[in-house]
Amino acid sequence: MEGFRVLVVDDETDFLETIVKRLRKRKVDAVGLTSGVEALKYLETEHFDVVILDVRMPGLDGIETLKEMKKKRPLMEVIMLTGHASVESGMQGMQLGAFDYVIKPADFDELMEKIRQARERKSIHEEKLRRG
Amino acid sequence: MEDRSYRKLHWKIVATTLSFSLVPLFVVGFSIYYQFSVSYKAKVMESLRTLTENRANAVDLFLDERVSQLNTLVYTNSIDQLGDERYLTRVFTLLQMRSKSFVDVGIIDAEGNHVAYVGPYQLKGLNYRNEEWFGETMLRGIYISDVFTGFRKFPHFVIAIMRREGEKTWILRATINTDIFEAMVKAAQIGMKGDAFLMNKDNILQTSPRFGGELLGKVGYPIFPKFQGARVEETELGGEEALYGIVWLKDKQWLLVIKEDPLENLTPILRTRVLVIALVLGGVLVIVMGTLLVSNAVVRQLVKTDREKAALDAGLVQSSKMAALGKLAAGIAHEVNNPLAVIKEKVGWMKDLLSEEDVEASENFKEFDDAVKKIDYHVERARKVTHRLLGFARRMEPIQEQVTMNRVIEETVDFLKNEAHYRNIEIRTTLDPDMPTTTSDSSQLQQVFLNILNNAIDAIGKNGVITISTGYDLKNRELSVSIADDGPGIPSEVLGRVFDPFFTTKEVGKGTGLGLSISYSIVEKLGGTIKVASQVGKGTTFSIHLPIVNHATA
Repeated sequence: MEGFRVLVVDDETDFLETIVKRLRKRKVDAVGLTSGVEALKYLETEHFDVVILDVRMPGLDGIETLKEMKKKRPLMEVIMLTGHASVESGMQGMQLGAFDYVIKPADFDELMEKIRQARERKSIHEEKLRRG
Repeated sequence: MEDRSYRKLHWKIVATTLSFSLVPLFVVGFSIYYQFSVSYKAKVMESLRTLTENRANAVDLFLDERVSQLNTLVYTNSIDQLGDERYLTRVFTLLQMRSKSFVDVGIIDAEGNHVAYVGPYQLKGLNYRNEEWFGETMLRGIYISDVFTGFRKFPHFVIAIMRREGEKTWILRATINTDIFEAMVKAAQIGMKGDAFLMNKDNILQTSPRFGGELLGKVGYPIFPKFQGARVEETELGGEEALYGIVWLKDKQWLLVIKEDPLENLTPILRTRVLVIALVLGGVLVIVMGTLLVSNAVVRQLVKTDREKAALDAGLVQSSKMAALGKLAAGIAHEVNNPLAVIKEKVGWMKDLLSEEDVEASENFKEFDDAVKKIDYHVERARKVTHRLLGFARRMEPIQEQVTMNRVIEETVDFLKNEAHYRNIEIRTTLDPDMPTTTSDSSQLQQVFLNILNNAIDAIGKNGVITISTGYDLKNRELSVSIADDGPGIPSEVLGRVFDPFFTTKEVGKGTGLGLSISYSIVEKLGGTIKVASQVGKGTTFSIHLPIVNHATA
């Protein structure tokens, strides 16, 4: 699990802090940010393997942020966090290239599993590109 | 309430239709009858007039003949010839050959002495100078007397003709038996109550009528002035309502009266009246029945349309309510979800930290561990609630999705578990595990089951059993769900109306009367049927059948 970077974007600071702490506890290099705009700015200079992105945020919402991120870093995998049980926002995210979505309140182990799968997929893609 | 207005409308339609169709019927019936009776009466009157005129003519003719016979006799013979009784006898025999009605004949001189006489009576030598007829004859030259019985005690009348022969003036006088024109007049006595008679200007009968009077008796009629032609009237004369034909004779101031019983004559009119009444009544019956049928059909159609409309309106109201409620629920769930997520993560973090703690170092470790697990468990509980809320909060437009009926039912039952538990109502489910899936709308189905289950719980009140069973029939390609309660049941007079919009047996404010009608329209929209069966005291069963629809999946 070490050696890969995760960016968590959520406007709920308490949640953000705790998630980041728990990821770091598991030797994941995690960074937490509270808005989409901030995250996009941060991505100008930084690289991440996986992003965990909240759908409902003030300002730039999750879907918009996802579009921008995919433009900037097409290989970076994004997992959507949604408060909605509606399939729609999750499906929309998937169509825009998100790796998967998790319904809040998420089970942490489940989230970890999804992060691992996302990272795997990213490394496969990178492998292909290198070979190609 | 609704029912009464439909009934009112029904009667309004009936009344309008009836007034529009019955009035012409009555008018037609009445006018046919009226026309018939008028023309028939006219015919009867006309035939009576003809009869009266004919009879009068016959009597006139009879009198004319007698007068002209006697005239011939008087002007072809002199007094000297006729004064001779042998000659007179010969002449009289000739007269009798022509007409049997002559009884006798006599010659009277200007002083009123009977000069000669031929006949069955002994009248010779009588002097008539002071008799009325003698004066009249001398005055007028010809005289026809009224009927009298005279010395002979049988009715007869006299025709006398005067002749001035030079200086001699004499009279021939013949007596005529009235038998013959009694017969003539009586021929006109028609039917059971018809009558015919002659009377003079003082209403003294000249022939004997059949009823009410005898020869030479007086009739209680008004005195008629002389008039031309025959008069036919339906009036009351002498205390009797009848048809009267009246005519004055030409030769003599006698009045011929022919009386007919209107009832006898107008029987065909009465028959027609009965027939018309029967026809009109038949028509009325047919029209009334037709009107009732049509009106019933119209009102039934209207009720159906209203029901559909109400269901539609109710559905719209309901779906917009549900949509609003959905938004609200989603908002709340989302707001609650965020703090829940935080709590969950914090607890997770505590778990992480506790896992690194030395068990022995903290005497409260077990307590902490326990508390953390409990918090985690209850967060999980809360999460279930919010997720279910979000599940229910879906929009209400019918969607097409693969539906697993058993799961829909389980979710719905889950939702009512607490309510049922408080009231000590057991919800038993016998679900067929092999139920095929179908394309339908699970949240709308859930609404249907919820409505029916809520009603069942309300009906039972406390302590009872609700049994939900599912099954399927591949041959007819349908799924069936039955929901049975052991509540008080629905009385049969109410059973037919449970799906009516706005029909409710609940207290005011408790029920809208829309639940079942919405359910009905939902099931119908999904292509299924919903039926209810109930026995008072036993319970009620709703059975829902839905088609198995499976779109070809790629």
